[in-house]
Formats: sequence, C-alpha cells, structure tokens
Amino acid sequence: MDTTGTVDSATFGQVAREQLPWLYSLARRLASDHAEDVVQDCLMRAYKAFPTLRDHQAAPAWFRRILVNCANDYHRSRMSGADETSLDDTSESTLFRRILDEDPLPYSDSLHLDFLHSFDDEDVWKVLDRLDPKFRIPLVLVHMEGFTTATVARMLGAPLNTVLSWLHRGRKRFETEMWNYAEEHDLLRQAQEVRS
Amino acid sequence: MIDCTTAVTQLWDFVERELDAGDKANIEEHLAFCRRCCGEVEFVEELRSFLKDAARPGLPLDAEQRLGQFITDLEESGP
Repeated sequence: MDTTGTVDSATFGQVAREQLPWLYSLARRLASDHAEDVVQDCLMRAYKAFPTLRDHQAAPAWFRRILVNCANDYHRSRMSGADETSLDDTSESTLFRRILDEDPLPYSDSLHLDFLHSFDDEDVWKVLDRLDPKFRIPLVLVHMEGFTTATVARMLGAPLNTVLSWLHRGRKRFETEMWNYAEEHDLLRQAQEVRS
Repeated sequence: MIDCTTAVTQLWDFVERELDAGDKANIEEHLAFCRRCCGEVEFVEELRSFLKDAARPGLPLDAEQRLGQFITDLEESGP
C-alpha cells in the first residue's frame, strides 16, 4: 500500500507473478481442468484484499489460502447432489489386500511398490480427478501439500472431525480409484511387459 | 484386543501419529501379532510417500501468458 492508502498495483503484480506457478499447480490438483478459472478468481480476490496483506513474506500462505477458498467455492457452486452413500467406506477391504489377493504382477518380488510405480504423474492427477472435491481437497492439502489437518479445517471452515472423516473416506476412495484406473488403462499389463 | 477390521481403519492415523495414546497402544498390540496388518502399515507409508513425492503440475506457457495478462489488466483497470 502506498501513502495515499491505495493498492500498490506494481507490488501486487510482482507478488502475484511470483506465486503463479505454485497457485496453478495447487489449482490443478484441486480443480483439474478448471485450474485457470480458479486462479483467475484467486487473483481477483487477492487484488481486492491486497491492502490487508501487511507482510509480503506471508504472501505464499496468504495466496494459497485464498486459492483454496476459490476452489472450494467453485466446487460448491457446481455440486451435483450425487448420492455419496453409494460407495462402502466402512468395509475393511484395502488396496493392499486387493493387490495381495489378486496378485496382478505375479513375477514381482515387490508387488505393492511395483503397483504404485506403474502410475506416472499424469495418472495420479487423473485418479485425483475422479474423487468428489469434498474428499479430494483435504487429501491434496494434507497428503500432497503438507498442511496439517487443523490448518485445513480452518481453511475450509469445517470442524476438525469432519475434515478427518473426509480424509478417511478420501483415502479409501483414492485407493479404490487407483485400482479401477489401473485396470481400465491396462497399467498392470504394461508394467508386467516392462518387467518380462 | 482389536481385530483387523478395526485396525485397518486407523492405520493412516497411526502412521500420521494422530491417534491418542489408548488407540495407539491398541494398534501396536495388534501389529505385534498380525503380519498382514504390518504389511498394511508398510503400504500406507509407501502410499504416503508416493502422494507426497508426486510431481507438481507445471504451469503451461499459454496459461502463464493468459494469467500474466490477467494480472496486467487488474493492475491497469482494477477488478
């Protein structure tokens, strides 16, 4: 802010441009193909609120918090109302056991690791895209971006126990979708061919 | 003594050290005799690393140019 109390737009531009790569990558994980829309919304809100940012060292965390809100709002405005109870989140079935039981890579001596390594980065993003945003957002923020669950609860304006429940269900669905994706895209046969 | 069904629902929280002392002790007691759940724990750790280490999506050049222009427009004419 300058001495007249107006937004120092040159500084805003400089700070915003520095944050762009991180903002886009976070938006891509949270909102997949709509990342650019979410970043634009974030930039707009950040521009308006920029005079409240007193310490520019805090800009990365400040921008990310705004971006998470924008991604959350984006998904809220497009909620399909789909039935979320159709998948069984309480069963004891896990990806570990499924890999063990179905043994998709019979000649592997590190079966579970080889299963994970059959996914490249693009595959991981596509699996994330399959998750309901309610589950994807906490999963990304905690397990990929390294935020604590308490911080994510504050960011999303949700009780901690709710976030923990979303995380639990999100991890389970991520595991289920990893298996489905691997089958649908023939990843396991390809991994097997590479090994033999 | 907890069974596998109970244990597997808590293994991520166990690995993340988010369990209270009582639940943590129950898991440790279960893991002491359940080899399969030890494998589950190992896999949870692998999956955590896999997620943490996944590459960040890059900013494509065309998107960078559009967003850069968007910032310029904000600077020049406001939201």
